[in-house]
Amino acid sequence: MSAPADTPVTSNRGWYRRNEIAITPWLFLIPGIVFFSIYVVMPIFQSFWISFHEWDGLGDKTYVGTAHYERLLGIGDQKMDRKFEVSFWNNIKWLVLYLLAIPMGLFIALFLNQTVRGIRLYKSLFFFPFVISQVVVGLVFSWFYLPREGLLNAILGFFNMGSLNILGDPTMATYGIIAAGLWPQTAYCMILYLTGLNAVDPEQVEAARLDGAKGHKMLWYVILPQLKPATFIAFVVTIIGALRSFDLISIMTNGGPFGSTRVLSFYMFEESLSEFGFRMGYGSAIATVLFFIMLGFIVYFLYSMWREEKEAR
Amino acid sequence: MRSIIKASVATLTATTILAGAAFADGHAKLSGELNITSDMSNPAPRAVMERLAAQFDEKHPNLTVNLTVVDREAWKTQIRNSLSANAPDVVNWYAANRMGPYVSAGLFEDISDVWAEPAFEALASTKGAMTIDGKQWGVPYTYYQWGIYYREDIFKELGLSEPATFDEEMANCAKIVESGRKCYTIGSKFLWTAGGWFDYMNMRTNGFDFHMELAQGSVEWTDERVRETFSNWRKLIDMGAFVDDHQNYSWQEALPFMVKGEATAYLMGNFAVAPLREAGLTDDQLGFYQFPLIADVPQGEDAPTDTFHIPSGAMNKDAAREFLRFVTSEAVQSDINGNELGQLPVNSASSVADDKFITKGFDMLSNNAKGGVAQFFDRDFPAEMASAGMEGLQEFMVFPDNLDDILARLEETRARVYK
Repeated sequence: MSAPADTPVTSNRGWYRRNEIAITPWLFLIPGIVFFSIYVVMPIFQSFWISFHEWDGLGDKTYVGTAHYERLLGIGDQKMDRKFEVSFWNNIKWLVLYLLAIPMGLFIALFLNQTVRGIRLYKSLFFFPFVISQVVVGLVFSWFYLPREGLLNAILGFFNMGSLNILGDPTMATYGIIAAGLWPQTAYCMILYLTGLNAVDPEQVEAARLDGAKGHKMLWYVILPQLKPATFIAFVVTIIGALRSFDLISIMTNGGPFGSTRVLSFYMFEESLSEFGFRMGYGSAIATVLFFIMLGFIVYFLYSMWREEKEAR
Repeated sequence: MRSIIKASVATLTATTILAGAAFADGHAKLSGELNITSDMSNPAPRAVMERLAAQFDEKHPNLTVNLTVVDREAWKTQIRNSLSANAPDVVNWYAANRMGPYVSAGLFEDISDVWAEPAFEALASTKGAMTIDGKQWGVPYTYYQWGIYYREDIFKELGLSEPATFDEEMANCAKIVESGRKCYTIGSKFLWTAGGWFDYMNMRTNGFDFHMELAQGSVEWTDERVRETFSNWRKLIDMGAFVDDHQNYSWQEALPFMVKGEATAYLMGNFAVAPLREAGLTDDQLGFYQFPLIADVPQGEDAPTDTFHIPSGAMNKDAAREFLRFVTSEAVQSDINGNELGQLPVNSASSVADDKFITKGFDMLSNNAKGGVAQFFDRDFPAEMASAGMEGLQEFMVFPDNLDDILARLEETRARVYK
């Protein structure tokens, strides 16, 4: 430690040695950067590029400028693409209603956060829907909704309330699928809150109790603020989950009846990759619009994370 | 120098003669490997394909046949990658417009030379479906009829006979509905079944030629004649002829209605017979009739054709061509369609299976399809028009009042798709 105190030693060290501190983090980052740019960043720009072309995925691309966006958004003398409009509003429905998973997850987590015999079993049972595949969830719910044999209609029939064909009715089908999606999503939020509840400081609860706080006041002013990190994560995963809602739609209604349950990601898939699709340009234009919607959320999340870190400092 | 040229010319002539001789005796000395990628993944067709590959392999001792069977649904999207990179020598696909994208991208081999051979005159009836721009791009290996499969026992019970006209059809249907049943089962979740109904309603109302003009985009969807088709169709919808909630079911899920006798008929392709028999219906209970006449026009029929093609990137095109000759030959056609496939042979010299439905279908297509033979809604119409169209047809079947809106939408699509 004390021996190489004189300056010439520095020049003896290699270039890497001299810059070790600055370079090492980049060395560790290189694999990540390489893969991220090849598999994420480049495809994003390629999609932008393709969206300005007419292309069937096989032959030559024809440049069409912003024609696809004009058709999609109804710029100029044409109407907005109806399928796009329906998909967009369905996406909004998903975003808003999917957030119900957060309070429901919180409620179940509070309910399960007690010490009784076999609580671990109950917890795992509640977590179960998140473990099974979305495809299975979709199938189970579509059987549940079946117009004649389904359990839902058996129950309705028992109470003489007539029958419902939820997935066959264009006004209800999307809500039916969202309800199916809420089942696993609630379980996810519940797990996040359960781990969050473990970290709640018992002393603060004790102190609040001495001050006479109980019931919903205790929850609102003492418990919830401590669960803020869990809420944030639950919010993020739920929003992303809502925007990624694809498998349930594909399994339960295949976008129908008459395209009323399409969302943007499903429409994009239909246009570009499905059996009757391969209109890569138009599909890419939809993907680009979806990307910018997601970007809005991502920027918001990053901003609030950055703000939080700044406050913590 | 001179001698070299001479020698090579001599060799060339020799090779040509040799090839010609080999060609003439029909057992070309094929060698190397023949890679076949097939979408015949259902149990029965798979057995057929495996047998074909084995037989062809045996016939040509120097040739190794490698068969890859891909899931039929997955193949519909996989074919693109498969054709462009490392293409196999023979692939399965479909006739008519469905070949279009691959033909125009130059991914299918032009095999007009094979079609010019005298042996292919026996395939004349399907030549049109394999032709784009005056050239042939593949060969068919099987096709099947569409028509109305019905419960003969229920018809007898109600005292009904097979209808020949639309009025008789509706009179029958009125009695069936009165007996507490539905006239037709259908599952329109995956849309194409509604396409079958439209094909027939339109071909019977306006004729085959008009239907093809519509498919080629030269008629507007808002045309009065198209509206007439829909108004005929609506007569059936309004009398409650179709099962309820059909938008929830796939075509297989709609079969039980017919098996249980809750619905009496099914407009379907001949492939529906196998599951109906498996579900316990005997040939006495199950009947078949041609879609009844509406207007006085020659009948057009749907008879989708499945095909083999040679990718233009194939390595062993000689062997591939020989394989196409092999599958379309009289003996092979009688064998595969008569046994496992249970469908119609494309070779007119082949024998037709001794099966009630196949003989009826064969008779119908040979003698009673004067209008012409169509492939199917989703194969005759271009992809984008077909998907928008079938979605509109499904909507019409559930909400017939939305017709104006649907037609306006389809017309908008038509104006964009055909340029």
